[in-house]
Amino acid sequence: MKKIIAPLKDEIIAGLEAGEEVLLSGVIYTARDQAHLRMINLMEKGEALPVELAGQVIYYCGPTPPGPRAIGACGPTTSSRMDAFTPAVLEAGLKGIIGKGKRSDKVRESIKDHKAVYFLAPGGAGAYLSERVKACEVVAFEDLGAEAIHKLQVEDFPLIVGIDSSGRDMYKPGRE
Amino acid sequence: MSTRNINVKEVARAVEELFIEANTVLRQDVVSALKRLAEEEKNPKAKKMLEILVENSKIAEKKSMPLCQDTGLAVVFLNIGRDVVFTEGYINEAVDKGVLNAYEKGFLRKSIVKDPVLRGNTGTNTPAFMHIEIVPGNKVEIIVLPKGFGSENKSGLAMLNPTAGEDAIVDFCVEVVRKAGPDACPPYVLGVGIGGTAEVCGLLAKKALTRPIDSRNPQEHIARLEDEIEKKVKELEIGVMGLGGISTVMGVNIEIAPTHIAGLPVAVNLSCHALRSARTVI
Repeated sequence: MKKIIAPLKDEIIAGLEAGEEVLLSGVIYTARDQAHLRMINLMEKGEALPVELAGQVIYYCGPTPPGPRAIGACGPTTSSRMDAFTPAVLEAGLKGIIGKGKRSDKVRESIKDHKAVYFLAPGGAGAYLSERVKACEVVAFEDLGAEAIHKLQVEDFPLIVGIDSSGRDMYKPGRE
Repeated sequence: MSTRNINVKEVARAVEELFIEANTVLRQDVVSALKRLAEEEKNPKAKKMLEILVENSKIAEKKSMPLCQDTGLAVVFLNIGRDVVFTEGYINEAVDKGVLNAYEKGFLRKSIVKDPVLRGNTGTNTPAFMHIEIVPGNKVEIIVLPKGFGSENKSGLAMLNPTAGEDAIVDFCVEVVRKAGPDACPPYVLGVGIGGTAEVCGLLAKKALTRPIDSRNPQEHIARLEDEIEKKVKELEIGVMGLGGISTVMGVNIEIAPTHIAGLPVAVNLSCHALRSARTVI
């Protein structure tokens, strides 16, 4: 199985195909509903984001408290709730997204336009995925608790390419 | 029958233990269903994902950590014997105390906001959403169901015409799952409520999820309907993670109630594969 490193290099993204399984290692950032809303508000006001998105990967995840471990359960949340925000974060330079489920046509087009990639992580396997996270720290919006932006160091995170950089979508077979 | 005193602290303790158990130990009926699907699935990608889900349940139990990061909104069914007298406090406060303790001590995620419009996390995962029934006897049955919202969001209600018939019920249930697609973590379990009113069938649908998924409704015509819905939903071939194959649905549980001559309410409460609940009797 293909092993890839985040932040993702453009040539690596270009080689990924919808439906392909990969193992991702490196640095990714969590952000879900409220963190997206805040980032969009900051962008609209022309203010700097607390995390530089250019070249990075965002994971739609709100983990459970870590307790004695690096992180608690940390599976993906439903991606479609972020559809309205996604074109703007891709415009800001984001290159990869990890979540679960279908995306809108607009998101698919935006991923294609920005030569980015959307990955699917196994939903409801939060305990399993926690073993693939080696370090976790809150880096922004701490007041949001589980919805804060966490920086994760992951190792062999099991993913499937949902939408590749040419706009092919695993959930829409036969689509150009 | 004479009355029996129950200290509400005992209820709080039970609620605490049940929420930690439900969130860390996957129901045996669900584990069995996942294992069976993992064995029978032929599509290698889907098979691997189903195996990951079985493995996930083992890791969660072994490490006593949550199966899923969405440790849910705290739904609590209380069946209170009419001869029970609660002492040393109020039952609703005791349940909330149990929820708070579980989510603190069990390192569960607190996902409840104070106000649906203004938002703002309560920081306690309370209030619990309690459904109380008064029943004969002097015991208290507590059933907890931490409900994840990825699948709750895909639930649905239809106020069908009284003459719509069984096919319309089946079609609506299938439509709910078709709309959910891969988003809400299939293989799904459908809790279905039929009859009552808009709110009663919604509650029945939720309650139906607490029944083992390998059981059937005792009424033959309803059991048949459960089978029919399951068969039709399977034909959608969504599969785990939307990978296709056999793992679209693990069970369909229906509960019914009398209703009005003018209506046929149907509610589907959708559950992801991490269907979590636990019960005890005091």
